Amino acid sequence: MSNLEIRDLHVSVETEAGPKEILRGVDLTIESGQTHAIMGPNGSGKSTLAYSLAGHPKYTVTSGSVRLDGEDVLDMTVDERARAGLFLAMQYPVEVPGVSVSNFLRTAKTAIDGEAPKLRTWVKDVKESMQNLAIDDAFAERDLNTGFSGGEKKRHEILQLELLQPKFAVLDETDSGLDIDALRIVSDGVNRFTANGDKGVLLITHYTRILRYIKPDFVHVFVGGKIAEEGGPELADKLEEQGYVDYVGASA
Amino acid sequence: MSIDTAQHGLVEHSHGAGAEAAEGALDRFASFDVDAHEVPRGREEEWRFTPMSRLRGLHDDTPLDGSVDVSVDADPKVAVTTVGADDPRRGTSTYVPVDRPSARAWASAEKVVAVDVPADTVVDQPTVLTLTGRSAEQGAAGHVVVTAGRHSKSVLILEYLGSAALADNVEVVVGDGAELVVVTVHDWDDDAVHLSHQHVHVGRDATVRHAVISFGGDLVRTGTTLDYAGPGGDATLLGLYYVDAGQHIENRLVVDHNTPNSRSDVEYKGALQGKGAHAVWIGDVLIRKQALGINTYELNRNLVLTDGARADSVPNLEIETGEIEGAGHASATGRFDDEQLFYLQARGIPPELARKLVVRGFFASLINRVGVPAISERLMATVERELAVAEELAAQGA
Repeated sequence: MSNLEIRDLHVSVETEAGPKEILRGVDLTIESGQTHAIMGPNGSGKSTLAYSLAGHPKYTVTSGSVRLDGEDVLDMTVDERARAGLFLAMQYPVEVPGVSVSNFLRTAKTAIDGEAPKLRTWVKDVKESMQNLAIDDAFAERDLNTGFSGGEKKRHEILQLELLQPKFAVLDETDSGLDIDALRIVSDGVNRFTANGDKGVLLITHYTRILRYIKPDFVHVFVGGKIAEEGGPELADKLEEQGYVDYVGASA
Repeated sequence: MSIDTAQHGLVEHSHGAGAEAAEGALDRFASFDVDAHEVPRGREEEWRFTPMSRLRGLHDDTPLDGSVDVSVDADPKVAVTTVGADDPRRGTSTYVPVDRPSARAWASAEKVVAVDVPADTVVDQPTVLTLTGRSAEQGAAGHVVVTAGRHSKSVLILEYLGSAALADNVEVVVGDGAELVVVTVHDWDDDAVHLSHQHVHVGRDATVRHAVISFGGDLVRTGTTLDYAGPGGDATLLGLYYVDAGQHIENRLVVDHNTPNSRSDVEYKGALQGKGAHAVWIGDVLIRKQALGINTYELNRNLVLTDGARADSVPNLEIETGEIEGAGHASATGRFDDEQLFYLQARGIPPELARKLVVRGFFASLINRVGVPAISERLMATVERELAVAEELAAQGA
C-alpha cells in the first residue's frame, strides 16, 4: 500500500509582472485504494496542482512538500516521478509527429519497468486495452496524438494509464469535451484501473457528471489555490445543485 | 527557342527595370548566355546568404572541365543513356538558367545523362542514378534530363557521393497523367561544393513528388523551380537536411503556378547542430493571373539543436489572382518543443531518449511522406548517426 502526501504546497508561475502565486497551501493525502475528486471553478488552480505534481517546468514550488511513500517527489525530475509511480492524464495531450503510438507505448513501458516488456504478452495487452477503450487497431501506427480528435486523445491517455499501471493517477479534466459515450468508455477504463483496490486516483474536474460513473471516496472543493471544503460524495451532489457560487463569493 | 521560355517569361534581356514591364511582374531573369548573368558578389538578394568565398569559383570563372562518374541501377524498362550536349531532350523541361552557375553548367556540360520512362509503363523498382565526384579541386559540370512518359509511374533516386566542386542542372519532365517520384540525396564528402539547379515541368494532371535530402558537403545549394505544362498538375516538394558544424545547406524554391487548378505542397524540415552550421530556405510561390482554382501550401521547420547554428527561412507568396482555392505558408525555427519533451518525460522516458524520439519523429514524418521504402531505412540510419554527433556535442557542453 502506498500514499501520496501533499503538505502546505505553494506554487508560483512567472508572469510579465513577476511571479504570481497560484497554489496557496494545499494539504491532501491520498492512500492506495482511494479516489479523490477535486472540483473547482475555472482559474482556481486545479490544473496547476496537477502539473506541479508531474513536475512541469513552468511551475515553481516555493514551499511545501510532496511525498510518495516518504520519498521527496519535488526533488525528482519529471521522468523520475513517472518511474516512481505518478501518472498525469493531461487535459491537452501533446502532439508528437513522427513518433508512432506503438513505439511510444513500448518506450514508456520499458522506461517505467526498467526492462522491455515481453513481446508476446505486450502485444496482447495493448490490443486488449485498446479494445476495451474502443480504440481502432490502426491507431497504433498513427503519430502520437497527432490529428487525434479530443475524444481520441483522452482515450489514449487512459490507454496509457491501463498499460503503465502507476501507483497514483492524476486525471486533469479527462472528462472535458467528451460526449456521453466517450465519457462512459473513459470512466470504465479508470474503474478497471482501480478495481483491485491498490491504486490511488486524483480526479480533477469542473463538472459533476463524471462522478456518476466514477465514485469518489472524498470530494474536495478547490478555490483560490487551496482546498476550501472537504467531504464525501454528498459534497458533489451539493455542487451539482448549487454550483460554486458560495465559494467564489466567499473568496472574492 | 524563346517560346519555350514563356513560363519564365524572360528571354535574353538584362536586369533593367523595363524587363518587368515587358513580361509578367512575377518573372525572374533567365538566360542561356553566361555573360548575361553578372558574376554575383554576395550582396544580391539571391546570394546574400551564401558564403561566396567557399564556392571555389563555380559562380565566377573556374573552368568546369571535370565531370562526375555515373553509375546506374535500373529496371530494363527504363532507358538510361549518356548522350552529347546537343541531344534534343536537353531543354525539354523549358528551363532557362536562372543564375550564372546554372548557365555555366549548361554551357560546360559535355555529356547529358538521359533517363527515360516509356509512356504507359509502371516501374516498381526505383531507378538509382549515382553521381560520384572525384575531387573538390577541379570544377565540374553536369546535366541530367529525366523524362517520365505519359501515364507512366516510376521512382528515381539521384544520389551524389564523393568529393566535387560541381555545378549542374537536372531537368525533370513529367508527362501528362504520369506519376513520378524524384528523390535527390546529397551524401557528399565533407569538402564537396555543389551548386545544383533542378527544374520540374509538370504535365497535365500529372503527379510529382520531389524530395531533396541534404546531409553531406561543405556547401550545397539546391535551387528547385517548378512549373506546369497544363492544368491539374499536382506537385509535392519535400526537403530534409541535417546541418553540422561549418556546413552550409541552402534550398531555394520557386513554384510557378502558371496554369489553372494546379496544386503544390511544400514541406522542408531540417536540424542544425554545431558552430557555424547554417541552413537557408527560401520558398517563393508565384500565382499568376491565369492560375485560377489553385491550391498551395509551404512549410519550413528548423530544429536548432545547439548554440552557434543559424537557420534563415523566408517563405514568400506573390499573387496575381484572388480566384484561388487556397494559399498559405508557415515557417518555424526553434529549439526543442518543451511541451513534447515534458509529455514524453511524464511517461517515464529519460530526457536524452525523449529528445532522440522527438528528432527521429521530426524526420520520420517527412521520410514517410517521401514514401520510398528503398531508402527510408538508410535515411533514418543517417539521422541516427547525426544524432550521435549531437550527443557528443551535448556531452562536451558545446
